[in-house]
Amino acid sequence: MNQQLQQRESYSQLALDLLAKAKRSGATEADIIIADGETFSVQVRLGAVDRLTKAREKHLGLRVFVGKRSASTSTSDFSADSLNQLVNETCTLAKAVVEDPVSGLPAADQMAGARPELDLFDPTRLSTEQQIDLAKRVEAAAMSTDERVTNSEGGDFDSSSGRVVLGNSHGFLGEYQSSSFSMAASPVATDPATGAMQRDSWYDVQRKFSKLATPEAVGLEAARRTVRKLGARKVATQRVPVVFDAEMAGSLMGNLCGAVSGYALYKGASFLAGQLGQPLAPDYVTVYDDGRVVGGLGSRPFDGEGLPTRKTTVVERGVLKSYLLDTYSGRKLGMASTGNASRSVGENPSVGPTNFYLAPGTKTAQEIIKTVQQGLYVTDLIGFGINMVTGDYSRGASGFWIEGGELAYPVEEITIAGNLKEMFAGIEMVGSDLVFRGRIASPTVKICEMTVAGS
Amino acid sequence: MGELVQLASFGLTEGEVLSALGRVKVRDVDYADLYFESCVSESVSMEESLVKRATKSVSQGVGVRATAGEKTGFAYSDELTKKDLELAADTARYIANSPSGAMAVPAPVRQRPTRDLYPVERVQVEVATADRVALLNAIDAEARRYDPRIKNVMASFNTEYKVVVVATSDGTLIGDVQPLSRLQVTCIAEENGQRQSGSFGGGGRVGFEFYREGDQYLRYAREAAREAILNLSAVDAPAGVMPVVLGGGWPGILLHEAIGHGLEADFNRKKTSAFSNLLGKRVASDVCTIVDDGTLPGRRGSLNMDDEGTPTGRTTLIENGILRGYITDKLNARLMGIPVTGNGRRESYQSVVLPRMTNTFMLAGTSDPEEIIRSVDRGLYAVSFGGGQVDITNGKFVFSASEAYLIEGGKVTRPVKGATLIGSGPEILTKVSMVGHDLKLDEGIGTCGKDGQSVPVGVGLPTIRIDEITVGGTQR
Repeated sequence: MNQQLQQRESYSQLALDLLAKAKRSGATEADIIIADGETFSVQVRLGAVDRLTKAREKHLGLRVFVGKRSASTSTSDFSADSLNQLVNETCTLAKAVVEDPVSGLPAADQMAGARPELDLFDPTRLSTEQQIDLAKRVEAAAMSTDERVTNSEGGDFDSSSGRVVLGNSHGFLGEYQSSSFSMAASPVATDPATGAMQRDSWYDVQRKFSKLATPEAVGLEAARRTVRKLGARKVATQRVPVVFDAEMAGSLMGNLCGAVSGYALYKGASFLAGQLGQPLAPDYVTVYDDGRVVGGLGSRPFDGEGLPTRKTTVVERGVLKSYLLDTYSGRKLGMASTGNASRSVGENPSVGPTNFYLAPGTKTAQEIIKTVQQGLYVTDLIGFGINMVTGDYSRGASGFWIEGGELAYPVEEITIAGNLKEMFAGIEMVGSDLVFRGRIASPTVKICEMTVAGS
Repeated sequence: MGELVQLASFGLTEGEVLSALGRVKVRDVDYADLYFESCVSESVSMEESLVKRATKSVSQGVGVRATAGEKTGFAYSDELTKKDLELAADTARYIANSPSGAMAVPAPVRQRPTRDLYPVERVQVEVATADRVALLNAIDAEARRYDPRIKNVMASFNTEYKVVVVATSDGTLIGDVQPLSRLQVTCIAEENGQRQSGSFGGGGRVGFEFYREGDQYLRYAREAAREAILNLSAVDAPAGVMPVVLGGGWPGILLHEAIGHGLEADFNRKKTSAFSNLLGKRVASDVCTIVDDGTLPGRRGSLNMDDEGTPTGRTTLIENGILRGYITDKLNARLMGIPVTGNGRRESYQSVVLPRMTNTFMLAGTSDPEEIIRSVDRGLYAVSFGGGQVDITNGKFVFSASEAYLIEGGKVTRPVKGATLIGSGPEILTKVSMVGHDLKLDEGIGTCGKDGQSVPVGVGLPTIRIDEITVGGTQR
């Protein structure tokens, strides 16, 4: 603990020293991010350890402004010589690019002040044996429930913890610690009749170890999702209603999140450019980005530029209310940052979600499926067939065919296609089953009609 | 390549490395290795006619690995002191359950890769920022000159300079210098309030001159602009099963997704691949011969040696339609009792080695490309693609066209919007009925993701006809 405290103070001091050095080397403004952490990961396969990884890592990113010119650099080498060289190189690099009138740090009076307690760090330290045991249990649960589960891509347990220190030449200096624990099982099932195989997986991830689902619950769900895919077939090409399960509806929220990113918008590379204030979806669709959810996987006290995070209503009762912005993309669009600067060390800030989600409705997934006479229930999507400029959407899908309001049989090797704008406008129902297993989440969603291409 | 072994650049002596290796290679460890890596990446990018972003990243570290039976123990560190090496060694050997205590490892033979596919003296990665800025500015001007409907041009130039040293318990100490660069252009076109985009790029283990020779960079700009303008007039893509003609080059992503991943040894050892147990069986029509070749000079997927120090090679995956071989690393080759093919790759010192593709392509056939198009009454002609993905276990794969046309009555007619194509890996190549004589490798932009690790790869294809595949458009 004492050592940790020392290290923390030394990183803050290091940030201050480098900011001062950058100023001496000609920078008019600068910010610096230092991240360090520990990771542990174990994969068990068929009951034995397959892969065990353990590491500590650290990284430092520096961004300088020389007037309206800017450059970013990063290093994992914290030796004094290397850092001195980094500062000099960054300033030289900045002088080589052109002036960008809107570049610069956020205004000094906008920086995050009092930090909310977001409960992002769990000090629980698990032994190597404990973590191996959890990975074994999640896989064993997946393998034990149904004799058609014949093989496994493994059971996984991962834990990590880390710290971020961010400082800038306005005098801002902030830091926070966070942790995460996750578990997954990926069983393989074989169809006894045909020998055809299917694989699926299930997982949980939490900041607190105590909040994690039991390995038995995760393993059983993984097995259920895998076995139900056996016997999947193609269906004929047709236009039908499509129900996205909560995980896949989450991917649609991911697409929306990309389309409201300030960078895509000012470049004209989003199908939502110029749509602020316009209706996007029916009035029962409300979407939030909330950086202040206690214990949230996307929560943080300040963003990648040191601005306070907040709750932003992105879509309010169907109307597009806000984009997600950092300082730069906000200035390009003539708007204020929404506190969504995301910063991977060594990159310029970009825009990223905090906890981005579709507010739940009242119907269960089963009640939604019941409303479909003939249609598709999507549980898996693959591929990258989305054109963010036009919203055109075409992806590989698998799931279940719905007949008379019931899941009739599994389907695969089909695509679903449409246009995201029409898909959002065509949201017919929103489920009640919102669960966060990442930064982006959604309940089950029914879309009135899409083209299914098959045989 | 060049130097024999660049250990000194990591501040380490051969004795220190051997002692760490001996500490990992305890009794029950079958194999151990240390992978030292230092990497400098630089990027300059332009948008709105301004070169306004420049970044540079430096990373350095060591990955320490032990394998025992099917088990892998792995640790990595960004500190390279003797103490950090020992700590990593103790973690890596944890899986072996052996009593601790160092074992002597054979004195390594200092080696130099036998090939020099990207000679350092020619592959100059260090270029004045001003030259890179000038290149991007010229790209912007060229794309806008191509057509006034081009409203924005985004271009980036990325370089990477990696120095690696691999020390293995089977007696190898070998190093390589691996340059890599890529130039990417995206254009946004606008007309009557409608917007479209087009992208093009290229690169490889090549120096800056590569882009200037024959004004390649200007061709990239024109191609990106052309695709964006073309897509302005694209009609909705068809939906359903139909014949598809794939153009040469980058459409070879079909091979990468449909069969390449399924032939990686790890999935086959675990028998979770749709190709498990198909060795020696027919998985393609007899006009199909497919290889993975890491030895092509300067290509993006090429390497003098893989990340376990094994020389890369040319592996025949499918010969006249028959499945001949898998892509292996040392662990999987040992466990399966099959040859090591030099395909053990990792994204960085922070990741474990996996069997991965290098440059994967189909050999040229005998058909005339024009005749292949003429043979289709109603279908799709796809010449450029975005990404693809595969489910290894059920074999279903997708890849998404970004430039495609309808074929009507044996003629290429209207451009259609992007659409995803979906098929089944073990079946799709049995439906290839014609293979052109025009084998083309891609321009050098491919990146393959597996288990969260990205590595550069290449693909290639002659023009081919697939008799039927599902096209995921919206028009019936």
